[in-house]
Amino acid sequence: MTIKNGIRGFGLVSAAILAFAATPGLAGDLTIVGWGGATQDGQREAYFKPFAAKEGIKVLEDSWDGGYGVLQSKVNAGNPNWDVVQVESEELVLGCADGIYEKLDWAQIGPKEDFLEESVSDCGIGTLTSGTGLAYDSEKLPDGPKSWVDFWDLKKYPGKRALRKGPKYTLEFALMGDGVPADKVYEVLATPEGVDRAFKKLEELGPNLIWWEAGAQPIQYLASGEVAMSAAYNGRVSNVNAKEGKKFVFVWPGNVVATDSWVILKGSANKEAAQKAIAFMSQPENQAKMPKYVAYGITNKKAAAEVPPELEKNLPTNVDNLKGALPLGVDFWIDNNESLTQRFNAWLATR
Amino acid sequence: MMARLWNRRTRAFLLVMPMALFIAVFFVWPLVIMVKQSVSDTAVLQILPRTADEVAGWDRASPPSEAMQAALIADLRAATDEKAVGDMVRRLNSAQSGFRTLMSKTISAVAKPETGPLLAPVDKRWMQPPYWIAIADALEPRTDRYLLAAVDLERDATGDITQMPEGSSANRLIFGRTFWIAGLVTLFCVLIGYPYALLIAASTGTTRAILLAAVLLPLWTSLLVRTAAWFILLQEQGLINGFLLSTGVIASPLALIFNRTGVVIAMTHVLLPLMVLPIYSVLVTIPTNLMPAATSLGAHPLRAFVHVMLPLSLRGVVSGMLLVFMTAVGYYITPALVGGAGDQMISAIIAFYSTQTANWSMASALGMVLLAITLVLYVVYAQLSGRNSIGGRM
Amino acid sequence: MADFHIRLDGVTKTYGSLRVVDNLRLDIIRGEFLSLLGPSGSGKTTILMMLAGFQDASEGTIYVDGNMINDIPSHKRNMGVVFQSYALFPHMSVAQNVAFPLKMRGFGRSDIRERVERALDMVQLSTMKDRKPSQLSGGQQQRVALARALVFEPGVVLMDEPLGALDKQLREQMQLDIRELHARLGLTIVFVTHDQSEALTMSDRIAVFNKGRIEQIDTPRMIYDHPATRFVAEFIGETNLMEGEIAGREGDEAMVRLSDGCMMRVRARDGLERGAKVLVTIRPEKVELSDPPAAANSFPVTVSDTIYQGDHFRVQLQGAGQRFIARRDRRAAEWPQGARLHATFAADDCWVIAP
Repeated sequence: MTIKNGIRGFGLVSAAILAFAATPGLAGDLTIVGWGGATQDGQREAYFKPFAAKEGIKVLEDSWDGGYGVLQSKVNAGNPNWDVVQVESEELVLGCADGIYEKLDWAQIGPKEDFLEESVSDCGIGTLTSGTGLAYDSEKLPDGPKSWVDFWDLKKYPGKRALRKGPKYTLEFALMGDGVPADKVYEVLATPEGVDRAFKKLEELGPNLIWWEAGAQPIQYLASGEVAMSAAYNGRVSNVNAKEGKKFVFVWPGNVVATDSWVILKGSANKEAAQKAIAFMSQPENQAKMPKYVAYGITNKKAAAEVPPELEKNLPTNVDNLKGALPLGVDFWIDNNESLTQRFNAWLATR
Repeated sequence: MMARLWNRRTRAFLLVMPMALFIAVFFVWPLVIMVKQSVSDTAVLQILPRTADEVAGWDRASPPSEAMQAALIADLRAATDEKAVGDMVRRLNSAQSGFRTLMSKTISAVAKPETGPLLAPVDKRWMQPPYWIAIADALEPRTDRYLLAAVDLERDATGDITQMPEGSSANRLIFGRTFWIAGLVTLFCVLIGYPYALLIAASTGTTRAILLAAVLLPLWTSLLVRTAAWFILLQEQGLINGFLLSTGVIASPLALIFNRTGVVIAMTHVLLPLMVLPIYSVLVTIPTNLMPAATSLGAHPLRAFVHVMLPLSLRGVVSGMLLVFMTAVGYYITPALVGGAGDQMISAIIAFYSTQTANWSMASALGMVLLAITLVLYVVYAQLSGRNSIGGRM
Repeated sequence: MADFHIRLDGVTKTYGSLRVVDNLRLDIIRGEFLSLLGPSGSGKTTILMMLAGFQDASEGTIYVDGNMINDIPSHKRNMGVVFQSYALFPHMSVAQNVAFPLKMRGFGRSDIRERVERALDMVQLSTMKDRKPSQLSGGQQQRVALARALVFEPGVVLMDEPLGALDKQLREQMQLDIRELHARLGLTIVFVTHDQSEALTMSDRIAVFNKGRIEQIDTPRMIYDHPATRFVAEFIGETNLMEGEIAGREGDEAMVRLSDGCMMRVRARDGLERGAKVLVTIRPEKVELSDPPAAANSFPVTVSDTIYQGDHFRVQLQGAGQRFIARRDRRAAEWPQGARLHATFAADDCWVIAP
């Protein structure tokens, strides 16, 4: 091959690369992004497949682990390859303020009063309510802990503990472990003394405290006996009990309840389809299917009424389970996540 | 003649162009953006120009003047770009927690025409100086606050550089730990990798192929599978502890995972190929008769190794060490999965600022500091090794 | 009685079922230049490696000065070794290379400097002492290797095809240089080569190897003029070979009936019984050519080709039963192709060996 031909060849190749790089996500294929695991498996059966069949639209899936920066950079880069994303409460509020989500057309979804109050907003609609709380294996600990105070009782319950790495949830649990009642937690945490108190409480566990980052980890730790108890998501606990015959217990009092929502990323090439998908996933008859896959609360009140009682009793939205539960302080974390995470990392680093 | 020369130059230029273009687009440009990002601070000034004028004359202690409040309301009413407003809020909240809720409350309030000229009715916090100080401090288009914060420093009220309060930031410690872990991993990689490379170089045929495949295996294995394997092996009820307990070598399980030991073991395993391959590739170029020559000249095999084999293979060891160290410095998934809380490396902090809080300036500043330290270490290293004529002609 | 410096007694080296060196007995005389000559794979290099201690003998004993050295490691054998590819240390300067064996032996700094200078003077490389080996020519590198192998005054120097990588002219120069050094220093040198002319030029004695065994060990002159076996006769130089059997004896000459029926007179040797099968060898330069036949041992031949080779002509001849080669002085007449002549083999120049 002569040099001239070679250069011409290179030109073709680079043109091809540029063309490839510039190709936007194929319009028409809707991409819905969940958090993976059993929840997304359930969403696939209850939402994605029926919706694709009904509308004749191809639904692509992806999953993520949260992180506001991820969404922000996708939107800022233009042409986001994700259309519908399941976000946590703070991400919903932040992104709505920053304008990185499309405004929802509620006329398509239905009357706002059909939904739980905390699941209604301009940019998103709540889809599931999860509880993060204390979990243990009752086969290893027959007389298990009842509260976060017990979580700190190393004498009565020797062994390691695991918490989610990061200040969110952890600081709330620490204060409750120090005797602060659930409804006073954010009041205390809003003061510098309260933050010091929470960190001091964490310090008490010393080397018995280990950390997890992915939702599957605490379940693994409990199953292997690596830890005696752990903070965990209630859905994961129900799931392992149902699928693997474990006898894990999720302690409802003191669990932190938070709602995840669907949003549409600004600039989505499939805005219309995304809107339709969100409306579909919010209909009572569709939402009512979810609890049989994973024990998270649903946001459409009409749907909640249709959930069979034996499933309903495991949901964080069950009336009994809500006693002593702490709704996540979304505003608190919006304001304080960065500074408290910085402090949390600094604290971790010097332990 | 000139035409031909020009032609040849053009061809040469065209041939290197893809590479140059690639580096420019995917390396130089992001680097420039990163540098800019780490010192640029225009988010607030852009949205609040009137407020900036008013704040200039403020004494930073007394309650905000009426003019300041009115200017802020006017600025917020004039702002139309939601994303730019979001950037401003993020910047202010990063300096003073609470700004997010305060601003969203205020923004929805100023949308109503009856709001103003005072802000106290909207939120009492507007009467507190710290929020206005945060605004005042965010009005210079260029700032060193991120770079300072990356090494736990800040400017105090008088503008002097001081240490951040104890316990509020630990970047310096984490930087130190990052280089320490990378150094440890490099050391273990040399200790294990060098003899292994010698073994491969000395073997032939199938044995060599098997030995090479064994060291390449971790490169071919997905990170999660590999980490899961470490988990199975190293946990308290894991294979290693089980074996040691059952043979009676130890009485209680060793802590091998979720601590520094686990991180160093796992990272050494993952990075070993980067050490073995360069050393091996140098070893095979060393003539096989040099060691016999040295012993025939009266050198004990060990001295022959020290005087002949070692200096000749040093080139491979140096490049292996650089590769391993530089790669190790950037690790964060492995420490996160098999490390304890105290084993977080700086990349995890950078990832936090970029993916979690979208604080790109802080992420860039930490990246800049990491890059700078790494470059300094590299220069020192090149100086030291250059003196011993490493990389000299074979 | 000769002063044996090195003795190999029943030395055998096997790789699996392959006997590379087969039950070797060899005495090396102090101060001699002994060449181990043979085709590749004949075991000569293996012997050198065993002498140097790089390889162990599978069987047999090696003695130096009467002491068994089988178990003495290489670095304590005190033998200089010169390798075919020089094996200079690329990261050391010429002077450092030469100083290496002295440093290993713990010589003092000034002592080392002095000896290195002397050794480099000896190989005329004093001006190159600060260069790296890669900055030297092949011949210079080999001289450094030589200086390095000699500087610590070993009793024995082992050389493994040291000149193989050099071009012809340089090789011939180095041959003379090494010979001169040998004479000057009184060293015992064991020199492995596959180049027979090199062996003839340099050696006091030559051991010709074939398949792990010595075919013949003797002075170059004896090896050339009186080869002991067909292998030696063919391996060393060019020769004419004629098969035949002893037909009778006449005083100190014997009659050989060649396979084509011609009778030939050769110098008699002990043990040539009537009827014994023999090979008669005669070197090409000993073949006389004349138009009229000479008195005895003259055979009619036809010139099939004459090749000019600078200092001589190589004449290819067709006899009754076989081909011959003759070497003619360039001043002699040039025979045209097809010329009918007589080739005469003087009885004294014909050497008889067992077939």
